[in-house]
Amino acid sequence: MPIPTPFYTRASALCESYEWHNWSGYLAAGLYEPSHEREYFAVRNAAALFDVTPLFKYEVSGPDALRLVNRVMTRNVAKCKVGQVMYSPWCDEDGKIIDDGTVSRLDENRFRITAADPSLYWFQDCGYGMDATVIDVSTALAALALQGPHARDILKTFVTGVDLDNLKYFQFTEAQANGFPLTISRTGYTGDLGYELWTAPENAEQLWDILLDRGRGYGLAPAGLTALDIVRIEAGLLLIEVDFISAHKALIESQKSSPFEVGLGWTVALDKADFVGRRPLLAEKKAGPKWQFVGLEIDWVFLEELFDTVGLPPQVTGRASRAAVPIYKNGKQIGQATSHTFSPVLKKYVAIGTVESRYASLGSQVEIEVTVEYSREKAKATIVRTPFFNPERKRN
Amino acid sequence: MSQKYDAIIIGGGHNGLINAAYLARAGKKVLVLERRYLLGGATVTEEIYPGFKYSVFSYVVSILRPEIIRDLSLPKHGLTILPLESTLTPLPNGDYLYRDGDHFRTLRDIARHSPRDAGAYDDYSREMFFMAKAVKYMLGIIPSDPTSLNPKDLMGLAGLGKHLRSLGEEKLYTLTKLMTMSAADFLEQWFESDPLKATLSASGIIGTYLGPRSPGTAYVLLHHYMGEIDGAFRAWGFQKGGTGAIVDAIAGAAREFGVEIRTDAGVTEVIVKNGRATGVVMENGDEIQADIVVSSLDPKRTFLDLVDQKYVPDDLLTAIRNFKIRGSSAKINMALDAAPDVACMPGYGPHLRGAISISPSLDYIERAYDDAKYGDFSRRPYIDMIIPSMIDPDMAPPGKHVMSCFVQYAPYKLREGTWDEKREALGDAVVNTLSEYIPNLKDIILHRQVVTPLDTERLTGLTEGNIFQGELSLSQLFFLRPVPGYAKYRTPIKNYYQCGSGTHPGGGITGAPGRLAALEILKDRS
Repeated sequence: MPIPTPFYTRASALCESYEWHNWSGYLAAGLYEPSHEREYFAVRNAAALFDVTPLFKYEVSGPDALRLVNRVMTRNVAKCKVGQVMYSPWCDEDGKIIDDGTVSRLDENRFRITAADPSLYWFQDCGYGMDATVIDVSTALAALALQGPHARDILKTFVTGVDLDNLKYFQFTEAQANGFPLTISRTGYTGDLGYELWTAPENAEQLWDILLDRGRGYGLAPAGLTALDIVRIEAGLLLIEVDFISAHKALIESQKSSPFEVGLGWTVALDKADFVGRRPLLAEKKAGPKWQFVGLEIDWVFLEELFDTVGLPPQVTGRASRAAVPIYKNGKQIGQATSHTFSPVLKKYVAIGTVESRYASLGSQVEIEVTVEYSREKAKATIVRTPFFNPERKRN
Repeated sequence: MSQKYDAIIIGGGHNGLINAAYLARAGKKVLVLERRYLLGGATVTEEIYPGFKYSVFSYVVSILRPEIIRDLSLPKHGLTILPLESTLTPLPNGDYLYRDGDHFRTLRDIARHSPRDAGAYDDYSREMFFMAKAVKYMLGIIPSDPTSLNPKDLMGLAGLGKHLRSLGEEKLYTLTKLMTMSAADFLEQWFESDPLKATLSASGIIGTYLGPRSPGTAYVLLHHYMGEIDGAFRAWGFQKGGTGAIVDAIAGAAREFGVEIRTDAGVTEVIVKNGRATGVVMENGDEIQADIVVSSLDPKRTFLDLVDQKYVPDDLLTAIRNFKIRGSSAKINMALDAAPDVACMPGYGPHLRGAISISPSLDYIERAYDDAKYGDFSRRPYIDMIIPSMIDPDMAPPGKHVMSCFVQYAPYKLREGTWDEKREALGDAVVNTLSEYIPNLKDIILHRQVVTPLDTERLTGLTEGNIFQGELSLSQLFFLRPVPGYAKYRTPIKNYYQCGSGTHPGGGITGAPGRLAALEILKDRS
């Protein structure tokens, strides 16, 4: 049975939908109101508050902390300054992704890492023989993600000791809020302006209350995983176990992915000292990856025509779908779309997935499977750049 | 000053700009001339009171055509339609009827008033879905004239006939009833509870000078359901930044296609030489030449004001003079110091993010109409209210709010006195009516803007302040809009076209007249 997070008393009081998910053993709201629409638009138009406590969190410290983290991560963490955050995947010996997360450099010799899955043993094993300690701080920190164009305005009403206007994208800072300490990290999973807030569990309810109170005038809405799933697809962000499978969970070789195959080639710092998976990744880089991550835009007019043959408007779900569907080129399957959604802000039906590299060029026309009244049909789609939605305010 | 354009569009409202964008997209050199300092016509957002943004006239988007959204890439230019899902009808006895996106909660609330109605509700919605689907076809075609033997008309009619037959007998009967019945009679086929009938009927009278029991009002009910047929693409809700932001998005798209847009650029006259339009004369006396002149103004302005009447055949003049464009509604916009507290649903809640409809009973609305029939504004008006700042926090400073009240009836022609004398009396009637349901209202009003039909006419140029550029009654729709023989955007003057809401398929922020007119113009030029 999933257990409550430190925000549960507050979140459950507002969760009219009674729709809860099991996120890493914790109760996570799917949506608060009967429809997720307002929560979705809160992210893009006002501000939304997500409980992201279920993420696993680790702290690495000691003289060899950087060495350890740099051995695990594909990115060059030596370049990460104190106060900076880096997104990075980490791989197994074969260069296949195990997990991904953010690395915050708390100090010269101290890092905090987020992970989707329990990773203590992996980090400790990778540091075997090094003078560094890895501890699991997952339950020592409660976390909220405050995301949306008004996120900064809301924080400014109660946070002291920081200059939020100068806190850049992928930077974090320590701050004070109503007398308790808070870590503010300008990161998120929405592709919008936003922050992740970390505090001790005993401050959790107080933090939630302040945010809801101060956020009201800015249209703040608590939001759940349903809205999050749409915005992260718009942002072109991958979800583990949906868009790729952890090498530690894959049952067959073909289920594994390298960073190059899921659009994360930019995170692979082959020029840094040895790290786990470097050699096979170097070889893959030379040979070129077999698969590539793509964004797809499904031709809505074609979709309308397709559904019109049975007399219906396009029956696309209002929620994101994680049911993978085949992608075709000239009738032959070339890959799969792993997440798809109608984007209300873009008024487009979009998908992310992987296709064979030779078919992955931008602008190329492919087909994607859609079901029209039980019948499997192929809809026209175009390979387009991701993120689909990328507002300037995310970085400004 | 002499410049030459392929096309000049008179009026920078949404239809004018859409028309311009489509013409420019086809390679034409296009100039849009707007008399006011800002674009939009009746689709504007203005900061009338500092820090508070009013959607001065139109306030929601219902059926902006998806093809326009796509063709002009409007989301890229700022189109963001936020959900507006609930409707609260407060009742004089302290009760209410509340409908929102939670289907079963809605049915439960309807059942409190009538268990029978809760059962009929889905049937009604389904029927309206079919009706909307039937009518959608007509919104997208050039209206063919059944009296014409022109092959294009015959083909069009054949297509329409085929479409209508494909609906099946029953749906065709319902469609005919919808076109001819009163909203009240039509709704009474399904429902018995008064708050539900009245609130649904209200969407049938918006913009008309008719009551819910007047024949022909059922058709306008459909407007509420038109969004459904577009599935996930639906464009029903509140535009972020107010309706003016829709026009900003359209103008952005138009400019990207190369359209030149001038504001503070009123046109006094269309120049006609040898039976064809050759340009326009500006208020400042300048003349601008163009091969095509398109008027997005209402039919009265298009035919009676902009061109010398000697160029307009007598029968057309008569028909235009008889065209029904009676102003019947007003708009009250308010800046509020705090959130309104609705007595029947106290406190802060999702009901404040939807519509609040003062429509407790059919008799209530019909009585409001009775006042108007004899030239008075309704003492107890029908009010459709939304609080835009609850949906889009950027409409007002944090914690403060704007309130938009659509008010009916406010006849343009008053029996006694003038609107300049009665403006605030109307404002008081609205505030007094609302205060019965929102006790704290009078304490929180920071500013009030009363937009009478006369003000709408003065500001936007819409004759009599009619929001649809002519009533949406069967006698003025399809091949009859604006008048028989001139329903295809052309005029008796060569190269002079019409593209406003006074043309098919009519008013509301649909963009369809602007687009269809552009397609017809391009046909003539190819």
